Amino acid sequence: MRARVGSLPLLAVAVLAASACSSAPRSRQAAVPALQAAPEPAPAVRVMLPATSLSEEQRIVHALNRLGYGPRPGDVERVRQMGLAKWMERQLEPSRIPDERAQAALQAFPTLTRSVPELVLAYPEPDPKLLAKVQSGEMTQQEMRQMAPPERRPFRIPAELQAAKLTRAVMSERQLEEVMTDFWFNHFNVDARKGAVKWMVADYERTAIRPHALGKFRDLLLATARHPAMLFYLDNWMSTRADLVMAAGPNKGRRMGLNENYAREIMELHTLGVDGGYTQQDVIEVARAFTGWTIERPREQGTFVFRPAAHDQGAKKVLGHVLPGYGGEQDGIHVIDILARHPATARFIATKLVRRFVSDEPPPALVERAARTFQDTDGDIRKVVATIVSSPEFFSADAYGAKIKKPIELVASAVRAVGGEIALPGDPGSQQVGGGLALALQVAKLGEPLYQQQPPTGYPDVAEAWVNTGALLNRLNFALALAQNRIPGVQVDIGRAVGAADREKPPQVLDALLASLLQGQARPETRAVLAAQLDNPEIIRATSDDRKAAAGRPAANTPTANTDVDKLAALVLGSPEFQRR
Amino acid sequence: MDCHCTRRSFMKGGALALLGLGAIPHFLVRAAYAQGGVSRPKILIAVFQRGAVDGLSMVVPHGDPSYYGARGSIAIARPGGSQGSLDLDGFFGLHPSMAALKPIWDDRRLALVHACGSPDTTRSHFDAQDYMESGTPGVKSTPDGWLARGLQAAPATSSSPFRAVAMGSQMPRTLRGELGAIAMGSAGDFDVKQGMAGMGGGVNARAGFESLYEQGVKDILHGTGRETFEAVKMLKAAKLERFQPENGAQYPRGKFGDNLKQIAQLIKADVGLQVAFADMGGWDTHAAQGNERGQLASRLTEFSDGLAALYRDLGDRMADVVVLTMSEFGRTVRENGNRGTDHGHATAMLVLGGPVKGGRAYGRWPGLAPEQLYEGRDLAVTTDFRHLFAEVAVRHLGIPASAPIFPGFSTNPAKYPGALV
Repeated sequence: MRARVGSLPLLAVAVLAASACSSAPRSRQAAVPALQAAPEPAPAVRVMLPATSLSEEQRIVHALNRLGYGPRPGDVERVRQMGLAKWMERQLEPSRIPDERAQAALQAFPTLTRSVPELVLAYPEPDPKLLAKVQSGEMTQQEMRQMAPPERRPFRIPAELQAAKLTRAVMSERQLEEVMTDFWFNHFNVDARKGAVKWMVADYERTAIRPHALGKFRDLLLATARHPAMLFYLDNWMSTRADLVMAAGPNKGRRMGLNENYAREIMELHTLGVDGGYTQQDVIEVARAFTGWTIERPREQGTFVFRPAAHDQGAKKVLGHVLPGYGGEQDGIHVIDILARHPATARFIATKLVRRFVSDEPPPALVERAARTFQDTDGDIRKVVATIVSSPEFFSADAYGAKIKKPIELVASAVRAVGGEIALPGDPGSQQVGGGLALALQVAKLGEPLYQQQPPTGYPDVAEAWVNTGALLNRLNFALALAQNRIPGVQVDIGRAVGAADREKPPQVLDALLASLLQGQARPETRAVLAAQLDNPEIIRATSDDRKAAAGRPAANTPTANTDVDKLAALVLGSPEFQRR
Repeated sequence: MDCHCTRRSFMKGGALALLGLGAIPHFLVRAAYAQGGVSRPKILIAVFQRGAVDGLSMVVPHGDPSYYGARGSIAIARPGGSQGSLDLDGFFGLHPSMAALKPIWDDRRLALVHACGSPDTTRSHFDAQDYMESGTPGVKSTPDGWLARGLQAAPATSSSPFRAVAMGSQMPRTLRGELGAIAMGSAGDFDVKQGMAGMGGGVNARAGFESLYEQGVKDILHGTGRETFEAVKMLKAAKLERFQPENGAQYPRGKFGDNLKQIAQLIKADVGLQVAFADMGGWDTHAAQGNERGQLASRLTEFSDGLAALYRDLGDRMADVVVLTMSEFGRTVRENGNRGTDHGHATAMLVLGGPVKGGRAYGRWPGLAPEQLYEGRDLAVTTDFRHLFAEVAVRHLGIPASAPIFPGFSTNPAKYPGALV
């Protein structure tokens, strides 16, 4: 199965999906066009576009870049036809957007939908004694691979999750859902390399993050708090009342006690912010409230469990609220409610969202309005995002192109811009985890190894973090590798981006590339620099050969044909403009 | 990015510019340095042993009465026999596979700090590495690394893009921050890669990219773009391949040896390096650790052969170089049920180089008797790693003692182990 990224209109996609399973009951085939024809229900949130100095084209490009991973060939025109406000309303309600092709592609990753206990069983850690034998030379790598095949080891799980993330970012029609899932994963970061998290990380994204990405903040916070991935990553699973001595098990007789790690981060990073007005005593009280929230045998079962014996039954006082004694499991939920509804949380979350969607320096007035929406709607993320992306600040000339793409944004947007195709696992010639993993490796090379950020801050969302000497070089090399079709499992046809341009007239080819990859938004200086590259006669020769080859005439240089168009495209993808969104 | 302009004019105008770009023969560079006026930067090479090295096997406390009783089959024999530890001072001995470092100890250019580590109680590799690299035990939200903070506060003896280089494709936490360090898998990869062979002509991608970023726009991308191409050109002009290992130095095969060899090349090429970072894994010996031979012994061989080759290769340049080794924690004093060791607390760190007051062990030895152990099982920490790191930063790199390298931690020269001149 080779999934094509690109230009099929939604209706055709739906029909394709329906006809692909010809044995499906007739009623189901009929239902798809009917769905398209029926009058659409009122949107969950109305988007009113503000007055702006941006052209219609710029508005659409801006929205595609900020609410998603950038335009594919034809996207700008499709949004224009639908109407930008309507497109945004649909993005804010992803469940209403048909997404069969991406969903079908995800079937290639079996670990994505399995429960933690199933994964722990099916992807066991290799015996440490085997590893020791390999290190001491008693056993070869080959023998080790036979006894514990890599595709059955736990790291298969985050590998598939990485591949799926790139596949979705490139292919999914639900672009805002992908952006928000990425945003919240970083906000509620866990690292797949820490202990048992590797078995839990896919379930964490699927059950705790994604369903609430545009839902209620309080539900999102609670889902992350109870998830074993978070409990393990921030050590809450080991936190017990101060005087607990283990009565049985491998740690029998060991004195346990409070671990403040999660309590501190839930306030500093997840809700109030570092200046949110909590004290060290609040950290201790919150830690006490969450005692007993733990994991049933992390490396064998890996599910949430509340253990009353580990819970501190005393009364607590959190940010001025009294939690009476003997609250049990409810203590933690009580804390979640206090934190989710705290005004500092509204402000902190609003600031981060405005930074993501508008500018590294969030305009204070917009933060204020977004925070008010957050409080007025009891933390309805969909409404907060709608406030931000329909604001004059969002559509201002200052915000246009002002954000530096972080690595996943650069890689996904480049593949989308050139209409690249991602091979899925099992496709002929693909790697085990398909082209998505090759793209994830590129993202890692640019400094964002996915699901592997050690500090709980997640990956930063400001330019300074991503622009440095080595990183920029890697971005340029990625542009070359992509345009020259050197990324395994990812197929790119720059010829399509050039389209009908007369290849014997290099300036026409250049303009075609600028139009399709940068939507004609290149600065005049950039165009001039690229035009200067066209003086090289090699370009004309190579493109002429390509034409001959296309016309079926024999051409001595066929294997190198198109090379220079590829390089020209790489220059466009490596240009300063393409590093921005 | 205002600083960019100063850097640029410095590069173009200063005497170092020519030297740094390698435009004149190497011997002239040396001569220029020798005449004074321009002093070579002090260089720190930080080596991280990831996975928690067993400090009790690397530097054996053979004089401690409890050592042999506690360690069972993994103990390293007393000095003397053909397999025994290499005695250093009558109490400590080097693991026998580290013989390559013994002459450097005897030259008084190698010191060690035992029972060194973090006050934080975590036994998670993940957290402990994070704490050691950020320099803030117990605080996870520190955005940058201790060495990045330190170098930013250091006197700017070099404004080269190669001031701080990490070997490896990812920037280690230690060097993350606003400093703008370079992470490179290998020097050979540090260029715009043109792809398939046989395209002599065509658009020159590097030149094309360079002109795209050369335009007179003052923003972070253009500034960095220009720095990037300066760095690429500088590295090309430096012709690292000219600097093959000298003085008969032989680096061990493998990534660690390759990385040290390239660090030596960067130093010899005078590209303005002040801090280099390399790491080595394979220390997490939970099973079949081995004693004088075995799994740990082979890692220690590679480790010490690499450091010794670097020392030999750099020759008189070691006068300006300090190598500091570190590991996130040590391992349990007792052997476990799998003839290995589990996660412990303190370990040993090495300091090597010209400015080192070597041939000595620093720090207080806490002892291995059961009542002397941390939580009844591990070597206790008597030297907070931050005192040692601070000494290297202040005394060697010239970073002001008042610089906030370790926020929330009080250190001063009186607390330094004293391993540096």
